[in-house]
Amino acid sequence: MSVHQEKKKEIEPALIVPFVQSVRKVLATMAQMETTIGRPYGKQKGPSEHDCSGIIGFSGKVIGTVVVSFPLATASKLVAAFAGDEVDPQSSDFADAIGELTNMIAGAAKPQLGGDANITVPSVIMGRGHTVSRPSDIPCLVLPCSTVAGEFIVEIAIRTA
Amino acid sequence: MKILLVDDSKTMRNIQKKALAALGDVMFAEAGDGVEALAVIAATPGGFDLAMVDWNMPNMNGIDLVRNIRTTDKNTLLIMVTTEAEKQRVLDALHAGVNNYVVKPFTGEALLEKVKATIAKKMAA
Repeated sequence: MSVHQEKKKEIEPALIVPFVQSVRKVLATMAQMETTIGRPYGKQKGPSEHDCSGIIGFSGKVIGTVVVSFPLATASKLVAAFAGDEVDPQSSDFADAIGELTNMIAGAAKPQLGGDANITVPSVIMGRGHTVSRPSDIPCLVLPCSTVAGEFIVEIAIRTA
Repeated sequence: MKILLVDDSKTMRNIQKKALAALGDVMFAEAGDGVEALAVIAATPGGFDLAMVDWNMPNMNGIDLVRNIRTTDKNTLLIMVTTEAEKQRVLDALHAGVNNYVVKPFTGEALLEKVKATIAKKMAA
């Protein structure tokens, strides 16, 4: 494979930093938690190893998807801190909270992505082993995140249109 | 005081409710989108003193809701509460008729102070 083709497979670095900042800002503001971001890595194909995911689509000058995925234990603690109360993971309120956290992470990053972009209302998938489909022509980078509530990941599969 | 909370996220409505309860004697109503909000407004005698409005919602988004309300109501205070932070979006909301703008994420204290400032500005006018 040529160098040019290899470069096309890399996500643009300028699209990553806004999400590093937005994850930290959202969790610090809404859940009073500090987030440590680990070394990013390329997403491997296959079903999710996590229990729940919030999904936001991007359109306009930036296209693709951002997915925030959690183990249930982490999600439960984050949701409790965010909502101010314990929330039953079986309830629609739990999925709603996951969706809103995802919405704020994507929304807080959006102004720094360098173009006029629109985001969808969030979708939430509950259940281990779920699969989130992404456009095959957009590389996906994973940000491993760590808080006192536990670890989670942010999968960024976006590019400028 | 009657406050309408318009957001497709019940979690976000609850967070706002907790923060704004500190205003004192408040009656809250809720709606999950702009269409529902208009129905709640129509069904509430005397309307509301304040509506906290999300931007991105299904059925009818917040900016369209604001424009709709302002065709007949110039008095109800409208505050946009949204992740949309770009300058043009803020300008669009102000042109549509909001009285103030809060960007998510926010602390309860910051939300409360923004609401108090908006009320105070109206009372001073």
